[in-house]
Order: sequence, then structure tokens, then C-alpha cells
Amino acid sequence: MSTALNVLKADDFASDQDVRWCPGCGDYSILAQMKKVLPEIGIPPEQTVFISGIGCSSRFPYYVNTYGVHSIHGRAPAVATGLKLSRPDLSVWVITGDGDALSIGGNHFIHLLRRNVDLNIVLFNNRIYGLTKGQYSPTSVEGQITKSTPMGVVDHPLNPISIAIGAEATFIARSVDSNIKHLATVLKRAAAHRGTSFVEVYQNCNVFNDGAFSYAQDKATRDDTTIELEHGKPLIYGKNRDKGIRLNGFSLEIVNLADGKVKEDDLLFHDEHADPALVYLLSRMRHPAFPEPIGVFRNVVHETFEEAVRGQIDQTVSQRGKGDLQKLFSSGDTWTVKA
Amino acid sequence: MSTESLSSTEKPVKFVSGITVRLVGDSGDGMQLLGQQLTNTSALLGNDVATFPDFPAEIRAPRGTRAGVSGFQVQFASHEVHTPGDTLDALVAMNPAALVTNLADLPKGGLLIVNEDSFEDKDLKLAKLSTSPLEDPAMENYRLIKVPMTRLTKEAVAEFGLGSKDADRCKNFFAMGLVYWLYGRNMDATLRFIHGKFGAGKSVIADANEKALRSGWAFGETIEALGHSYNVEAAKLTPGTYRNIMGNQALAWGLLAAAQRSGKEVFYASYPITPASDILHELARYKNFGVCTFQAEDEIAAVCSAIGAAYGGQMGVTTSSGPGIALKTEAMGLAIMLELPLLVIDVQRGGPSTGLPTKTEQADLLQVMFGRNGEAPLPVLAARSPGDCFEIVQEAWMLATQLMLPVVVLSDGYIANGAEPWLIPDVSKLSPIKIEHPQGNNNPNGPFKPYLRNELLARPWAIPGTPGLMHRVGGIEKEDGTGNISYDPENHQKMVNIRAQKVANAAKLLPPQQVVGPQSGELLVLSWGGTYGACLTAVQKAQEAGRSVALAHIRYLNPFPSNLGEIISRYEKVLIPELNMGQLRMLIRSRYLVDAVGYNKVKGKPFTVTELFEKICEMTKSSHRSNAVSTK
Repeated sequence: MSTALNVLKADDFASDQDVRWCPGCGDYSILAQMKKVLPEIGIPPEQTVFISGIGCSSRFPYYVNTYGVHSIHGRAPAVATGLKLSRPDLSVWVITGDGDALSIGGNHFIHLLRRNVDLNIVLFNNRIYGLTKGQYSPTSVEGQITKSTPMGVVDHPLNPISIAIGAEATFIARSVDSNIKHLATVLKRAAAHRGTSFVEVYQNCNVFNDGAFSYAQDKATRDDTTIELEHGKPLIYGKNRDKGIRLNGFSLEIVNLADGKVKEDDLLFHDEHADPALVYLLSRMRHPAFPEPIGVFRNVVHETFEEAVRGQIDQTVSQRGKGDLQKLFSSGDTWTVKA
Repeated sequence: MSTESLSSTEKPVKFVSGITVRLVGDSGDGMQLLGQQLTNTSALLGNDVATFPDFPAEIRAPRGTRAGVSGFQVQFASHEVHTPGDTLDALVAMNPAALVTNLADLPKGGLLIVNEDSFEDKDLKLAKLSTSPLEDPAMENYRLIKVPMTRLTKEAVAEFGLGSKDADRCKNFFAMGLVYWLYGRNMDATLRFIHGKFGAGKSVIADANEKALRSGWAFGETIEALGHSYNVEAAKLTPGTYRNIMGNQALAWGLLAAAQRSGKEVFYASYPITPASDILHELARYKNFGVCTFQAEDEIAAVCSAIGAAYGGQMGVTTSSGPGIALKTEAMGLAIMLELPLLVIDVQRGGPSTGLPTKTEQADLLQVMFGRNGEAPLPVLAARSPGDCFEIVQEAWMLATQLMLPVVVLSDGYIANGAEPWLIPDVSKLSPIKIEHPQGNNNPNGPFKPYLRNELLARPWAIPGTPGLMHRVGGIEKEDGTGNISYDPENHQKMVNIRAQKVANAAKLLPPQQVVGPQSGELLVLSWGGTYGACLTAVQKAQEAGRSVALAHIRYLNPFPSNLGEIISRYEKVLIPELNMGQLRMLIRSRYLVDAVGYNKVKGKPFTVTELFEKICEMTKSSHRSNAVSTK
């Protein structure tokens, strides 16, 4: 098996299906990075399952040559939980979108995270409903003009990272579709984490919400509008790496490093194992007031759901022995009718 | 305290063929527990038994109110019984609310035992009564035995130094003791139960309850108002070893058996709902059988996780009741499209919406038949009795795996909580359910074809982990064979036809319809589900009365047995009794163009034999004795 793995390439994970996303869609980039990363992860295609819900992103499983289920709207986390509980040997990915995971599937999303099932969720966040042609989504920004909000969105948007922290997810990360090197690194780290790995990917819908994340995508601006989280390192950003993030009381603030008044040691150092309250502060950093963090927000080890569930089964078997139907049926009060 | 049973009564004993008793009290009084004990004891004495627990949805409804009345009815007999009995021989009422809400079912001359200590002004007020029903002249119609149960129990258990509340709680066992004396029931099993339940660490409670039980027995032996007791001899059941079984328990055990027969592990996902939750409780205890129980965040997650397990090659099962099935609807459609085996079990209750959670009804038949978008048929099977739940889920799993589709099993609240003697099967004689997971590619010219079919039109159940068979399934219409997304008009028509034909093919795997009674004649009663016992008893009674009537009880509702139409054609009239407003009747009428007559009731209660018997008599002439009985 291992020799076969060594020769796996991105093409080995390409299915024979034509990809049907709109030309220029950010999904292409995510698919390309996934196919690049899968051989590096080293799990053979037959041990890998992609499960999705409904939406543009959810067509993803058809385009990778692994096992896959294109399920129903919002329910991929539930399908994936059942699969992983009954088949812990499989490597399971959930592909979802902002409507799929946060609106119709919000309940399942939260419960998947808090249970810590060992699988990876990649949420393609484009802040719009694409497949239904342009209605606002739970991550659309206030005031956004869409087909269903001609006067602007009045809902306050959900922040997927904040929700993941609230649900105490053990691995939380964010990347950007066009930042391919970063995206590949984050996907690999998500795959390596034992427990639920949640990755939000800023993804451009060039048809219905073009440029929603241009500040984070454009090479010209992204160094000043995003900040890369690196474990153990201070939060520094900017084209000239002259700005930093400092903790002031229970708030974060931007500080200037250029004049030398603030030292690197005064900055907030990123700790992937930090208290969730601190990670939550990072999740609230929003453009344009703050650079938006990309990278791994949180990465902690906790027993996985299937380990706990299978553990109880194994424990019961070792204590009581393998179940015997005849014994069970004959337990308790019985009586015999003679011929 | 010793646990030997008391010596037998010194008063005369009158043997009768069957007894029906109803125990009624507050929902916190332990009536369900007493009923189960009486049932179990009677079964151990060799009687055939049938039960009807009837309780409110509230866990502890306000004490003493009519809304809080909880009841348990049991019939035990020296002959086969299929119902908990129409008319009561005895009613045991622990308070005024229980008495007035149940007295109508006690015929004149019936035995009425009341706890007279609970008929004080405050009790009457709680039951919204201005005068005591015990003072009503109508009481002369009954053999009223007023027992100061509260006082006698407190006196009996005084030696244990219990608090007033704990002492008072023992009075249900006092009542039980009296009932045991009255019907010659052996107390051993209940004494074992008392010491098992209350024994560890607080044996004084166990001893007090035993004392209360024995005191109740002694009370019966002592008072002059009860001149004799009754007894019921053992029934002549099929030889073998029996146990008592409840519907939900049998269902859980049937799932274990189905898994073992097919070499699978049960993946059971559900969300708590009355009256199905006991299946989850039961299965959660059997982890050593490899059972994985998953209490999901909602009904949708439950069915979806079972679908995930099915894709992984395990035995995916989800259970619920009507409201939960409504939520699972979309995912059931997905399972039909994925063509994966799945069991969806609906323990029906009164509807619509939240309806009557603890009461029985058969009104989900059309929901499970048609409650999905698009052309989405699936097989529907219905259990007919508590013990039958064991068989039917195994049949359902056989169908699901042989045809690769989801199968619905209908039970109901009456079956789920009802109990009956169950002939323990010989596990070594259970035949295997053969399942194949392909290992090799079925397409020499390209990728594996997940929707290539066998002679039953079932697709291969290829599972993740198998090299070379990677494939994707989904809810979008797919091309037959390859499973690739297809919006082709001809292909959609073909796939709709195939999915329907697969369901129709189930009839080839199931036995033909049986008829109880003459093979042709004046009236055919068609029944399904939990009304079996009442319908069978009513039909047999009508046959004995010379009526030309037969019973066809349908366990397979979709597809119907292949010979059903032909059977129907041999009778002049068709009567379909249902605890709904005519759902099977609608299916039968549309399928067979027969002018079937309905007998419908939705009161949260099962049919009585009497009402069905009267309906059968109304629809048949009285002079058919000769041919009806001779062709039986």
C-alpha cells in the first residue's frame, strides 16, 4: 500500500466528471489545492470520503475520485457523523457553504463541532446564495444589496469562526481561495488534526457577489488587510511588517512598530492552545477596522466522539463478553409450556 | 424478610376462563408498575395475557386531577387472548378522579375496589366533584369494596419507621396484594422484583413494600365482603419456553437478530419522542452486541446519520413517531435516490402535530406511503402485535438489503407499550440474511458502475475502503448504471420506473396473504397493524355466531401481497376497520376499485371487540352458520 501511495498524484484524485462551476469561480482554486494536498496527506482514495450538502460548493464530491455523498441541504455533518461513527477507519471530509452550514444546517454544524467527530469541514464562504441565483446568506454583510434584499440586508451576519469557538471546536482555521500556498498548508494541517477540523475559506462568487473578499485576495492589499496567525509568533502584519496587534485590557488594538515605541515583545503572541476567550477576540477582528486573521486560530487535543463511542462498546464487550442473543432472550422470568 | 409466597387461601376459589382488570390512579401512583407486575405474574402462571397501558403525556400531572389519571388494563385467560378485554371484571381506583373517569367501562355487577381514604373533600375538589361518587346511589350497581388503603398501609409498615411520604408510597403494593389474593396470583415474581428494585442500600423500603403487599393479600383473606377468590388456569399455548415481551422491546431485539443474521452491526440513531424512546433505551443497553446508539441533535440528523452508516456498509436504523417522521421526510427521499438499505420505524401516536403523544392511532399510513416530494415509493410493513415487532423488523431488513432501498416499519403506541407472552425463538435456527459487498469492478471498460442492477433491480452495495470502486452517490437524478448526474428526460422516466419496480419486487420476496375463515363468502374484514387482536377476536366471535366473515390482516402494506386483489374479489363486501379516518380504505379502493366500507375511530383508544362484532353483524346476514363454519 505504501509504495502505491508514493506514486499518487493530484490526477489520481480527479474524477472523470466535467466540472460545472461558473468560469472564474473561486471553487476551482479550492478544488485544485485539495487535489494537490490529498496525495501529500497520504490516505488512498478508497479510504477517503467527501460528503456535502446542497449549493455550489456541495458539487465538490463529484469532482474528486474518492468515495462521496452529495446529500441534502444542510445535513452533510449528520451524514458524515453516522459514517465516521460506524466506520472510524475512513478519512471523512465535509464540504459545505455559508448557507448550507450556517443557515439550514446550523444545528448540525454546531453539534458536529461540539462532539469533535474526527473529520474535516471546509466551508466555502462567499456571503451569497449562488446556486439559487443571488439571495443573501447568513454571512452577507449588513446593507448588502441582493436579489432578495433590494433595499439592503438588515440581518446581522454570523461569524463562522466565532460560532466554532462557541461550540468549542478543537481545530479552527481560515484561508482564502486565491492564496493557494496558504490554503494548501491550512488544508494539510486540518487533515492532520485528530478531531473536527473546521476551515473557513473566503471564496469569491464572481457572478453574484464579485469582489466580496477582494481586500483579502488582492496581492496589492492583502498584506495590510489580513494577518497571518503563526503559533508562538507575535501578531505582525503589513507590507513592511510594521504593524502589530496588542492586547489592551480585554480588547485588541493596532499598534505601530515603525517608530520603535512598541516592541515585538509587547504584542500579542499567537497561541493555538490559548483560552477560547482570547481566540474569540481574534475572530472579532473585522475589515476594515482590523486586519482579518488567516491561518489556524485554535488547535487543541481532545478525545474524539467516535473514540468515546467505540470505547464504550469495547468496554462493554470486555466486561460482559460478546452479546449472546439466546441468553438475552432467555433472561429474566420465563416459563415453559409442555407438549 | 423471607420471600416465600403466602400459603394458599382458605376461602373457596372459583375458576373462570379469563379476567380483565383495570388499575387506575394518579400518574405518580405506580399504576404502570403494578400493571406490569400483574401481567408478568399471570404470564408466569401460564395464562395468555394482553395489556393496555393508558397514561397522560405529563410525567406528574397535578395530583388527584382527572388529567393525571394513569391506567393499566390487563386480560389474563386460560385461552388465547388477542386484546386487553372490552369489559372489566374489576376496577381498582386509587382516587375519585380515577374512579369517575373509568367507571363507565365497568359493567353492572362488576367488582369495584376503591381506596376510601382518598375520597375526602380535598380529593373530591381536585377531581372537580361536589359530592363523593361513593355516596351515589348508582354504586349499588357494583360490588363496591371500600378499603382504607392509606391507613392500613401506614399501620402495616409502621414498624419500619418510614417517613409519612415513603409509607404512603407503599399503598400501591397493598392494592396489588389484594388483587393478587382476589385472583390467586403467586407473589414470588413480584417479591423478587421488589427486592431487586429497592434492595440495594435501602432494603427497608423493600421490606416495607413486601409488608404492604402481604398485608393487602391478608386483607382479602380476612374481610367478609369477599367471600371467595377467583383463579384462571394456564392457557394451552404452543409448547416451548415463553417470556413476556413488550412491543418496543421486541422491536429492539428484532434489530439485534437482523444484525446477527446479516453479519452487521446496528447503527441506531434517534431523537427522543414518545412512544418510540424506549427502543433507544433498550438498544443503548446492548453495546456488547456491537450496537452503536446515537442520540442525534434532531430527527433529521438521526435519519441522515443512519444514511451515512448505510453508505459505510452498516445497518442504519432510525425510529420515531409521526411528527419525527414528518421531519425525516426529505432524507427518506434521499435514501430512495441513493438506493441504500435503511430502516425507518414509525411508532405511531395520535396526531396531527403534537396530537396525543401517549395515545394510539394508525393515522401515519398515508404519510409514510406518500409524504415525500416526487415519485418516491418505498416498502411499508406493519407489526400486528408486540411479539410481531420482533419478526417484522427482520423482514424489513431482509427487504432493505435485497432490494437496496429504505423500508418503513409501522408500529403504534398500543403495540409499543403492550405486552404478550412470547415464544422464545431458537437463535441457532435463524436463517442468515445474505449480503454481498462487491470487491471487483463491474465495468471492464471504465470506472465502477454503482447503479448496475441485478435481477431484482438492486444496485451493488459497494462500500468505502474497497479499492477501485470509488463512486459518488447523491440526491440529484442520476444516469442508470454509471450514477453520473443526468437531466436527460428519458433517463429520469426510466429511473422513476426502476425505483417503483424495485418496490413492487418486494412482493416476490414476501409470503402471500393469508385468510382466517372461509375462503369466500359474504364479508371480508381487512385490517392492518395493532388492531389485529380486536379484529381477529371479533371475526372469530362472528364466525361462531354463524356469520359468513373472514379476516385478512395485512402486514405488507406496500407493495400489497400479490394475491390480495384476488382474495378481495371472493367476498361480497369488504369492511376495513382502522384507527384513522380511512387510510387503508383509500389505498384499497384506488388499487382494487372495490367499494370497501370503513369502520373508523380516532379516540386515542384501541377498538373494542364488541364494536367490531356489532359492525360485522350489521353487514352480514344471520343465517350462514352451515357454510361459514364448515369451510373454516
